[in-house]
Amino acid sequence: MRAFFPVLNVLGAMLAIFSVTFLPPIATSLIYQDNAASAFSYAMGICLIAGSISWLATRRFKAELKTRDGFLLVTLAWTLMSLIGSTPLMFVYEKMSFTDAFFESMSGLTTTGATVMADLDHAPPSINLWRHELNWLGGMGIIVLAIAILPLLGVGGMQLFRAETPGPMKDAKLTARISDTARALWLIYLALTIACALCLRLAGMNWFDAICHALACLSLGGFSTRDASVGAFNSPAIEAVLIIFMVIAALNFATHFVAWKSKSIKAYWNDVEAKGVVTLLTISCIGAGFYLWKVDYYPSLWTALRHATFNLVSVATDCGFVSVDFDKWPVFVPLWMLFLSCILASSGSTGGGIKMIRTLILSSQGSRELTRLLHPAVVNPVIIGGAIVPNRVVFAVLGFIFLYFMSIVTLTFLLMFGGLDFISAFSAVIACINNAGPGLNVVGPAQNYGPLTDFETWVLSFTMLLGRLEVFSLLILFTPGFWRK
Amino acid sequence: MKILILGAGQVGGSVAESLCSEANDITIVDLDAARLAKLRDTLDLRTVTGNAASPLVLRQAGAEDTDLLIAVTQSDQTNLCACRIAASLFNISTRIARLRSTDYMSYPALFDDQNFAVDFTICPEQVVTEYIDKLIEFPEALQVLEFANGLVSLVAVRVIVGGPLIGHPIADIRKHIPNVEARVAAIFRGERAIIPEGDTQIQADDEVFFLAATKDIRQVMSELRRMDKPIKRIMIAGGGNIGYRLARALESDHQVKIIERNKKRAEFLATELKSTLVLQGEATDEELLESENIDDMDMFLSLTNDDEDNIMSATLAKRMRARRVLALINRHAYVDLVQAGPIDIAISPAQISIGALLAHVRQGDVVVVHSLRRGAAEALELVAHGDRRTSKVVGRSIGEITLPEGATIAAIVRREGMAADTDNSANAKDDRPSKVLIAHHDTVIESADHVIVFVVSKRLVPQIEKLFQVGLGYF
Repeated sequence: MRAFFPVLNVLGAMLAIFSVTFLPPIATSLIYQDNAASAFSYAMGICLIAGSISWLATRRFKAELKTRDGFLLVTLAWTLMSLIGSTPLMFVYEKMSFTDAFFESMSGLTTTGATVMADLDHAPPSINLWRHELNWLGGMGIIVLAIAILPLLGVGGMQLFRAETPGPMKDAKLTARISDTARALWLIYLALTIACALCLRLAGMNWFDAICHALACLSLGGFSTRDASVGAFNSPAIEAVLIIFMVIAALNFATHFVAWKSKSIKAYWNDVEAKGVVTLLTISCIGAGFYLWKVDYYPSLWTALRHATFNLVSVATDCGFVSVDFDKWPVFVPLWMLFLSCILASSGSTGGGIKMIRTLILSSQGSRELTRLLHPAVVNPVIIGGAIVPNRVVFAVLGFIFLYFMSIVTLTFLLMFGGLDFISAFSAVIACINNAGPGLNVVGPAQNYGPLTDFETWVLSFTMLLGRLEVFSLLILFTPGFWRK
Repeated sequence: MKILILGAGQVGGSVAESLCSEANDITIVDLDAARLAKLRDTLDLRTVTGNAASPLVLRQAGAEDTDLLIAVTQSDQTNLCACRIAASLFNISTRIARLRSTDYMSYPALFDDQNFAVDFTICPEQVVTEYIDKLIEFPEALQVLEFANGLVSLVAVRVIVGGPLIGHPIADIRKHIPNVEARVAAIFRGERAIIPEGDTQIQADDEVFFLAATKDIRQVMSELRRMDKPIKRIMIAGGGNIGYRLARALESDHQVKIIERNKKRAEFLATELKSTLVLQGEATDEELLESENIDDMDMFLSLTNDDEDNIMSATLAKRMRARRVLALINRHAYVDLVQAGPIDIAISPAQISIGALLAHVRQGDVVVVHSLRRGAAEALELVAHGDRRTSKVVGRSIGEITLPEGATIAAIVRREGMAADTDNSANAKDDRPSKVLIAHHDTVIESADHVIVFVVSKRLVPQIEKLFQVGLGYF
């Protein structure tokens, strides 16, 4: 136990700092007089006291963290913060179970955006703000985690690959120190969020909705202040703004940083992932729009394109805003959207899933094997962005994909074991492991995750965390070797 | 002329060999004493062992009264540094550096007098690559050499059965293709050179050198031999500097396969080349060639560093029915050995790249020199200066000029609207359009004309140089 005191020490400090994040909802509550201020104050108090105590109690054990501690820290941080994040919900809604509150909070912090709450339109504004803030904090956490911390732990093919290869990818090492990198990324994230909020306001939202949706958009979280999500606004302008910012959020923030530093958009051109994301999205949106028009689901091509583009971009980037009930579309389109959600988002973005870079590495590896069958003597290493991807990294990616798909299969079986139908179970697992949000059928865009049983809700909470921490970082805690001295 | 050569490698050695025979004082510097000893045994030159970029070594090598510095060591950095030292300390007037890396070449400002003080840069690998590239563009030709910035080409082609001109006198070219002007500069029948007259008959198996505007050469060639299909599928053995550059130049409009022995190098090639298929293995491996469909290849090029390997793999490829095979061969003895045998084209990289250097060594205003038939013959592009009084060529018709036996004036390139002889050195940038005049007896040479002269033997070069020198009255 003693060995984990340094981790507890850091966690304590993090929690104590996290208590500051309760201030905006408290302020909101006071402005709108929604009677939730006391709930948030209690939560803040608990957070501050618990954090301070564990920080002070373990102060003697303060030590440099080892790689092994890093895995534990990351997992515990997400879990504990979700726990703390769920407290105001339970204080405000007396009827809400701990299971649902934890799910909602975890969904926020993992930027999933799946909700168990109905009647959002009449929820206290402070609660809505809190949910969106969780989204935003989770998004920020994941950017810093993916770009600054995971490389130190050696997790993820991309990180390994970045740190060691020369060429255009090297730009990803933004500044010499992690703290500087984190600060720079945080600034970009903040600036983009403000820009998004302003645009949404100009597009016709009120300030409160604009801020909330901007928080959920840049983090690719996908919470909304309305039950009908973005559909409630029924405004092409708002949808257009959100589409643009969702795509921005699905690109690598390191690329944004380089573009901002060099003041040129060439950085995006050099980013192989960005090219993949934009190409795949463009083709898919146009294709889906034409398909929906062709099968006469929508009478006009324009409407078909509008709805197809918004919902496809939203699900494919793992955001999860919804403008129409796409569950009613011919099943080809929603399934394609869910498939994209698995592969599309860039590494170093707030999106989830396999990530574009792994997709590119694997497809390159696939064609490499085909060429090798024809030409046994061929030398054709996997090349991404002009640099060779070492075989070790390719294997790491293959391992990741295997664990990822096995997780999907296992978790889907678990849900079906609990009695859920196949489409609901499968789509719920896909939507949660990719941190997208809405699934199909029971958990479809017009529904929410409320009706699920406690067992199913817990499984999906775990699924969200598993996807958010890139499978490896969480699963390693379940290996006996990790706990061995 | 006093010439200082830095680096006694393949390029340095053959430059020394080529220049030695032309009554130049040559000193050669290299780190490798054994290599120098070998050169000293065969050639009449002075050698100095030491670092070519050291002022002390350069002084020992007599840099103080050298006219021309040729820095051709393996290292770009040494070459650049030596040029700077030569300019700063020894005042050597002409400095040539070999640069392999394209990195330096993309910043021309580096070669200014304020910086590295390099007058001319050469990249032998690039010259050879361009040379082979031309042969792939014109698969029927043995050699394609450009003059006047590519406006005029000199083409060597072997006459084979099926050419409409066989058995006809040369003058008939004009009847066969009236709209094209071409001049046959020389015919080699076996080892014998024939200076063609209008009634000289062309026979099968002749090696014909003709000169024509670059756009016309395909048409002229079709008179001398049956034309082949254009080359699409290419296999390159050896992914060294030349193989790599060639693959990069060809891959966009040809199907290229490249065989490289070294795994690391193969990986480098696979990274840098886009559509080329990189194979790791031996080019002399029959099974590898077989499984990669050698019999479907339009051209097989063996470009490794090893003469023997090149000969063997090219021979093997030919036997396995590759359409046309080319081998890179450094040793003179081998070139003569295989040229007539199974290998279609044997090229000597040193001979090809030396032309770029020779232009700077030649007296008078020589723009381009191409070495032909492995150094035996030469084609020069010279600029004529002066007027009828000061020059032996200007103002005279070609019939009037007394050329030594074995030399031909093949063509003249004239800038439109060029009035007087102003600045027309080799590097003068001039956008005015030029026209090609295929030489006739009555063509009159004007000042500033670029005259292309073909000599069947290198012995004649000094006489040609003298012919084009301006008399004292000019100054």
